Amino acid sequence: MTIKVLHPGLSTTVQDLGRPGYFHLGIPVGGAMDRLALRAANMLVGNDEGAACLEAVFIGPQLEFTAPVRIAVTGAEMPIKLDGVEQPGWTSLEVKPGQVLSFDYLKSGARIIISVSGGIDVPLALGSRSTYPIGALGGFKGRAIAAGDELPVGTAASGKAGASVPEALRRMPGHPAELRVLPGLYWHRILPESQQSFFADQWKVAPEADRMGYRFRGGQALKFVEREQPFGAGSDPSNIVDSCYPYGSIQVPGGKEPIILHRDAVSGGGYFMVGTVISADMDLIGQLQPNMPTRFVEIDMDGALAARADRKALLQKIRAALA
Amino acid sequence: MMTRYSFGGDEHLFVECDEAMSLDAFFKSLSMTNAIRDAGIKGVTEICPANASFQIKFDPDLIKPNDILKEVQGIESAAAKTEPVIKTRIIEIPVFYQDPWTHETLMRFRERHQDPTASDLEYAARVNGLADVDAFIRAHSGSPWFVSMVGFVAGLPFMYQMVERAKQLQVPKYLRPRTDTPKLTIGHGGCFSCIYSVRGAGGYQMFGITPMPIFDPEQSISYLRDFMVFFRPGDIVKFKPIKQDEYDHALGEVASGRFAPLIRDVTFDFRDFQKDMTGYNAKLEGALA
Repeated sequence: MTIKVLHPGLSTTVQDLGRPGYFHLGIPVGGAMDRLALRAANMLVGNDEGAACLEAVFIGPQLEFTAPVRIAVTGAEMPIKLDGVEQPGWTSLEVKPGQVLSFDYLKSGARIIISVSGGIDVPLALGSRSTYPIGALGGFKGRAIAAGDELPVGTAASGKAGASVPEALRRMPGHPAELRVLPGLYWHRILPESQQSFFADQWKVAPEADRMGYRFRGGQALKFVEREQPFGAGSDPSNIVDSCYPYGSIQVPGGKEPIILHRDAVSGGGYFMVGTVISADMDLIGQLQPNMPTRFVEIDMDGALAARADRKALLQKIRAALA
Repeated sequence: MMTRYSFGGDEHLFVECDEAMSLDAFFKSLSMTNAIRDAGIKGVTEICPANASFQIKFDPDLIKPNDILKEVQGIESAAAKTEPVIKTRIIEIPVFYQDPWTHETLMRFRERHQDPTASDLEYAARVNGLADVDAFIRAHSGSPWFVSMVGFVAGLPFMYQMVERAKQLQVPKYLRPRTDTPKLTIGHGGCFSCIYSVRGAGGYQMFGITPMPIFDPEQSISYLRDFMVFFRPGDIVKFKPIKQDEYDHALGEVASGRFAPLIRDVTFDFRDFQKDMTGYNAKLEGALA
């Protein structure tokens, strides 16, 4: 069975939980920007939690199904329609052959995940079906889907029609969004006043925000501790000898606009970083729209680990609710 | 050389072997990452070496951040005692310097450049105090380069030239990064040269282009059938200037599956290299003859 792409949306890609193990070669982990939404979408249709889904940003695709399947749409709030009739989000939906899935304008959040029973059955590339467009690797022909594509779907799994993730277990960013950050990496390179303003200021998501990284504006420029630049780093005080970039790390080229690296991140480069968004909050970044007011909230390692445990517990509650 | 440890959130340990780039720092990083790989520490999911630093990704559900920090710090002292000798390979990379494609691109982005009236090569020659472009190309292709990091994007090698610091070529990056770089462009920024593995954004100065693919997600190219990424840290590269007819011929060879890169296995001893860089490099390059 296949899914016919009538309209691709803005940028819709096949994503799963990613391909760990190749970052040392510059191939990022990739995978869904909002992994909790992906896991929930898969649970709703009876797939393995890591099965491949479609991830659409800002504008949903229009898809026609050629066989009876079960689908679910999680993540951002974007009215869901089957043959024009509105359907609930975060819910297992039955689809008849020939039915068309479409979407209205985005209401909140940024990305939806569309799961289909059986999963999107594109070939594995380095152990994952995730699309890495820059490397033309994985997903559907290494690129975002286009009108006319026919996406293969795996053998149907089970899953209860009508099952739904309780509202209280759907996690989306607040307003302003708060992202918890563990200071570190090259934190010592900025002056104490800048260490303070970084967390005190309100930032806004800039238009340049995609799967590789999210840029922010509106806070005060960071001032650097004076030093003679080390050999090979480059002359700007924000330059370092090119090093690895952790996922979630926040680089600030020129001290001006922080950039958080995300799932399709470049693996390294020559800009200093002030710290890293903790693993528990990475999913939230993918749901931020341009201009969204955002605050960085300082946290220590114990806090980061506690937040990680909370997120695991939330996932467990979703599993229990859908079991 | 002071080793500095920091955490990148709850999933990464970041280790800076030295603030400045040097082959000493690279070898310290290489021996530590090798030792960490051999140690098979529980919960480690990725080890990413980079020039003068490296990063470890770990699962904090399997190992506590402070425990992995202690393990790696323990390995630091052991790694300091390992001999800086590696079995590696030397590869000849043909380069068409001053090619029409990177030239067209650099002209398109001239307003983002420090010197809009010169080409990237003319600018690089001038800021390095070299007489002209030919002298720069001679310096760039005259001594081998160490692959000190693979990354940024898929399979892109960062390379550090194996000459005394005083002779190292340094150029700033573009004032604002370009949105386009031809695939397989030879670039240079700071003290590093690179080969852009895919087409895309870039901030390094552009000097030329190689016909030799180094990343192939389809794995249809003969020497990339085993793995889609060609380079690994520790590889040694020697650039060979070629003209347009040789470039065109090589492209044809690549297309027909006949292109075979010139690769030889070599052993590299950092101490011997330090004693006589010119002589040691000549011996290394002898393997390519």
